[in-house]
Amino acid sequence: MEIPENVKKRLSIPAEEHFYAGHTACQGCGASLGLRYVLKAYGKKTIFAIPACCSTIIAGPWPYSALNANLFHTAFETTGAVIGGIEAALKAKGYKVKGEDGIMVVGWAGDGGTADIGLQALSGFLERGHDAVYIMYDNEAYMNTGIQRSSSTPYGAWTTNTPGGKMHFLEKRNKKKVIDIVIAHDIPYAATASVAYPEDFIRKLKKAQKIPGPSFIQLFAPCPTGWRSPTDKSIELARLAVQTAYFPLFEYENGKYKINMPSTKKEPKPIEEFLKLQGRFKYMTKEDVEILQQWVLHEWEKLKKLAEVFG
Amino acid sequence: MEYKPIRKVVSGNYAAAYAAKHARVEVVAAYPITPQTSIIEKIAEFIANGEVENLQYVPVESEHSAMAACIGASAAGARAFTATSAQGLALMHEMLHWASGARLPIVMVDVNRAMAPPWSVWDDQTDSLAQRDTGWMQFYAENNQEVYDGVLMAFKVAETVNLPAMVVESAFILSHTYDIVEMIPQELVDEFLPPRKPLYTLTDFDNPIAVGALGGPNDYYEFRYKIEKAMDEARKVIKEVGKEFGEMFGRDYSQMIELYRTDDADFVFMGMGSLMGTVKQAVDVLREEGYKVGAAKVRWFRPFPKDELYELAKNVEGIAVLDRNFSFGQEGILFNEAKGVLYNTDAHPIMKNYIVGLGGRDFTVNDVKKIAENMKAIIEKGELDVEVDWYHLKR
Ligand SMILES: Cc1ncc(C[n+]2csc(CCOP(=O)(O)OP(=O)(O)O)c2C)c(N)n1
Ligand code: SF4
Repeated sequence: MEIPENVKKRLSIPAEEHFYAGHTACQGCGASLGLRYVLKAYGKKTIFAIPACCSTIIAGPWPYSALNANLFHTAFETTGAVIGGIEAALKAKGYKVKGEDGIMVVGWAGDGGTADIGLQALSGFLERGHDAVYIMYDNEAYMNTGIQRSSSTPYGAWTTNTPGGKMHFLEKRNKKKVIDIVIAHDIPYAATASVAYPEDFIRKLKKAQKIPGPSFIQLFAPCPTGWRSPTDKSIELARLAVQTAYFPLFEYENGKYKINMPSTKKEPKPIEEFLKLQGRFKYMTKEDVEILQQWVLHEWEKLKKLAEVFG
Repeated sequence: MEYKPIRKVVSGNYAAAYAAKHARVEVVAAYPITPQTSIIEKIAEFIANGEVENLQYVPVESEHSAMAACIGASAAGARAFTATSAQGLALMHEMLHWASGARLPIVMVDVNRAMAPPWSVWDDQTDSLAQRDTGWMQFYAENNQEVYDGVLMAFKVAETVNLPAMVVESAFILSHTYDIVEMIPQELVDEFLPPRKPLYTLTDFDNPIAVGALGGPNDYYEFRYKIEKAMDEARKVIKEVGKEFGEMFGRDYSQMIELYRTDDADFVFMGMGSLMGTVKQAVDVLREEGYKVGAAKVRWFRPFPKDELYELAKNVEGIAVLDRNFSFGQEGILFNEAKGVLYNTDAHPIMKNYIVGLGGRDFTVNDVKKIAENMKAIIEKGELDVEVDWYHLKR
């Protein structure tokens, strides 16, 4: 459908679609939405590297691709290294990389491929300073292999290898703060984003495009299949994650922290509101919920302090 | 332009670095491991001294990432190079499949080093031979000159058939030993090896592609077959490129197995890499002593030179296969391959496997002489004593 020019002008996010219908994501998949927004922000002059993860499947089998951009499917733990190599080749060949008219090199990897097995390659990528963007879509588990825990899985969540059962065995550690590890590399730009706030996400993508050097975005991307949540609740869940301060939106730019929302004045909503829509937390006791709530508030206070001191 | 070689006294590793430079590589992914490190150090020096243009040096955080970075670079159209050894090569293993599967003509130098434990930095071919089934071509260099020539030819062959290639040299015996290498003036290298024309690149934005997607049971099989077709094609290309190299620069590499005094030989020594220098020298000595022996140096292990082996095997009574490697639970890897080739043919010389030089154990002319005596006795008797002989074993 052609969108009239006058309407296009009023849209806050690009009207162009470079993510084709016919992709093979589950209904309500946050990751597929995220990919769509990245393609809107960067257009087709983009080279994607996607490691083993749900997005391998979402993009489609040979000879198909749901992405109207170049795509290199790569090994699970290699995203950071592969985009580094692609960027190096473009530079050797004299292409303009990044910036508004440059080629965008984008690593698009899950939380497992980023926070666990791919952490080393990510670290190398960040530290060497390649002109590329690394986006970690965070669905908080290994979904592609059937919902196993990752280090980004939160306290208390059911997964197939941290099940809830008669002995009440739950995931007993907190979600790894990958973004803090990323920021420790002293890169120019890092941010969190959520599929519930596409304008904010696209603004951040554009910023990552403009700023030279490596950028990192951690995108909160609900997974109804793995979270045991209704397929029509993904956006609501992604919004609640922000409103409860479970997954606050913020930016780190040249040493400065900026919280994007919710308002630092407002008290975050209770974590139950986020948990109750999902089957993966149904094994949690009251005490478990309280432990998670305390962690969330503690991290939120920390972030607020950072924004206050380094804002 | 008339060819006047530039003679330099260099180590095997520097020969590799110069070859990469002369090949005008565009991306080098670098990670240190003894005894490979001086290759990537030398390349860094070229950059620091402004001796190369348009070369991106990516000092990665592991060998796994080195290969991944080369893969990204090569997929984006660049001529990519890296070098490693032993544990580093083993760590890369997964990505070696990715390189051949995505049909990327990356060239890598592997410095043959024994695998740990126990820790060893010395020569042994098991590291590279363990990568046999990854879809990489493998060229084994006998000396520093062959390291240099091998890298240049490997790029040309790789870029013709769209498969990656490994140039293999031995730890210390070549990597750190200085020798005269005849280098080729840049203009003539450029003539021999023009800029890469990629099969595909990730930089055509009007016709985007997706590489390496899921291939179902309906398609995967054909992808494998195409790699094998390319390997088969490589046999032809290797001979042509080797011949062209000979015509341009005087060193002929048109044979995938280099034959040394085999014409009237009763039996031959067969092996790969630097140990064949020793063997050739021993052949000269043995010939003077009345032994009718020759040497068959397998230059390319992948693709395997089946026809050339058959032609050789038809005309000799015995083949002593010298393996500086071992496949546990079976036998020497070259021995195993060679026997396999001959089974369905009418060429069945007596074949015996000598396991030699593992982990840098010294292998000398005297050892070859002892092996010759043993082979002679076996042939006279018409039967093997043992099939696999752990030649150096302290008993
Ligand atoms: C070296 C290696 N180990 C294991 C796997 C199996 N594997 C494929 S995808 C995956 C999980 C991916 O999880 P994540 O990165 O979180 O992405 P998601 O599937 O959730 O989208 C695993 C374990 C693999 N492909 N490669
Ligand atoms: S399992 Fe989850 S992340 Fe994967 S495609 Fe389905 S909804 Fe998306």
